[in-house]
Amino acid sequence: MTAATSPLPTAQFVAFVGEYLRFAGDNADELLALTVEHFVIIVQAIAIAVPLGVLLGVLITFDDRAATVVLWLSGVMMTIPSIALFGLLIPYFGIGQPPVIVALVLYSQLPVVRNTYVGLTQVDEAAVEAGRGLGMSRLERLRRVQIPMALPVIMAGVRNAVVILIGIAAIGAFIGAGGLGVLIFDGIDHANVPQIVVTTVLLSALTLAFDYGFALLETFFRLRNGEEIEIPRGYALLTGGSQ
Amino acid sequence: MIEFDNVTKVYDDGTVAIEDINFEVAEGTTTVLVGPSGCGKTTTMKLVNRLEDPSEGTVYFDGTDISELDPIELRREVGYVIQEIGLFDHMSVGENVATVPELKEWDRERVDARVDELLELMDLPPADYRDQYPRELSGGQRQRVGVARALAADPDVLLMDEPFGALDPITRENLQDEFLDIQEKINTTILFVTHSIDEALKMGDRIAIFDIGELVQYDTPREILRNPKSDFVRDFIGSDRTLKQLQVTNVAEVMREEVPDRYQGLVERERRDDIVAVSPTDSTQVALSRIIGADTDALPVVDGDRIRGVVTEDDIRQKRAVTTGGV
Repeated sequence: MTAATSPLPTAQFVAFVGEYLRFAGDNADELLALTVEHFVIIVQAIAIAVPLGVLLGVLITFDDRAATVVLWLSGVMMTIPSIALFGLLIPYFGIGQPPVIVALVLYSQLPVVRNTYVGLTQVDEAAVEAGRGLGMSRLERLRRVQIPMALPVIMAGVRNAVVILIGIAAIGAFIGAGGLGVLIFDGIDHANVPQIVVTTVLLSALTLAFDYGFALLETFFRLRNGEEIEIPRGYALLTGGSQ
Repeated sequence: MIEFDNVTKVYDDGTVAIEDINFEVAEGTTTVLVGPSGCGKTTTMKLVNRLEDPSEGTVYFDGTDISELDPIELRREVGYVIQEIGLFDHMSVGENVATVPELKEWDRERVDARVDELLELMDLPPADYRDQYPRELSGGQRQRVGVARALAADPDVLLMDEPFGALDPITRENLQDEFLDIQEKINTTILFVTHSIDEALKMGDRIAIFDIGELVQYDTPREILRNPKSDFVRDFIGSDRTLKQLQVTNVAEVMREEVPDRYQGLVERERRDDIVAVSPTDSTQVALSRIIGADTDALPVVDGDRIRGVVTEDDIRQKRAVTTGGV
């Protein structure tokens, strides 16, 4: 009764995962620090991008021609490779985080502006007409009727933007912005597969976490607007099972 | 209260919506604008809260040319109800009703008290409905909230654009009846747009009948039924003009107060509850239909516990002959 010549599949699996787990264990501090750094870059970019995008989205509802131009331009932004955009921004913003944050803000405009514009123009016309007839000024209609009713759609745009940004921010490490991208570039340089895999898994987890968080917000706004939707289990859990 | 003086409205694309309209709406009355679609009745109404401005002529509000009033301020003094209701779905029923008082920056307590008062008036008990959301309500309830919202800041004038048009017939009739009661309590000047002549006859103190872009007759319901000014009006009223006349005439107008001997037995039987009766506020249409239904020629008129007199089939026939000049 000698041992099998090849290890059992589970043993193989443990050896395979073990390598990654060992890497994650040995570098936990650095991984955490870079995840936080990545997180902070994203939060800064969103903090600028969302107000800017919503403002633009609101402004272009006043003028159809401006809407066409702005939506076209923000669409064009998406076609520029991030590496090229960083290169274009370095002369103005230097290297490190500033050019990356500017680039992230530019990339997030298409989903945020488009969803704000669509959300506002799709608001129930009767409600807007009633608001007008009851003596709301244009701004009061925006603030009290259109924006609250469009919030779920705007939130969906923000969610979309964040998912794009987390990936692009990783490339920012190339010009010294830090974040989880640092480990990926380093892993490529040293052919360190566990490092690349573990970092990528973390990036995906970060993306999913943001995505889920914003999905919950969107659900909250939809429910508050009285929309009849199926309540996601996570939402029910967070709110104690009730709406 | 509201006066249209030679008002013409031509839209930017050249469509003439209304031409040379003249009429006056007296304070505290309900005036119904009625006509086929595209006749300009809604445009006429929108001139009052400046959702449209006249191309020519002047609209006066309480003697003031409304083009001199700030449209936003004006609209807060004029209630507005539309067929699509247009409730704000993201706000509770209470917040919807509070819209105009909040725009006018009333203090919190006054707003809350007013909201409860109106929900009560609209037969939507505040405790049950204030915190509900519009999508949880039925069509009829939603339009009640729409009317409450329009009345919230106690407007001098209430504009209603086919308010009951999208409701099913039973709900519509109930709301019409309730609104007639409410109308008496609030004493507001009402301008009401509909395409249904029946609704106009039921709701209006006065009726303005529109043909394409022009006002063809402006009169009381009875006068319109008695003397339609043109073939258009006659056609618009329809072939059941006689029935409609019965509808706008009360039993009180045709009943006899003294009870003739031969009806004494009838009154006795009414006391014993084995015969149908009518009330003085019922229409003669109701009375006639009950007379026919009961296979008799007269009915007692009962007001609460009191027998006020009788109404006979002959009386109803004769009254009609008098008012229509025998037509």
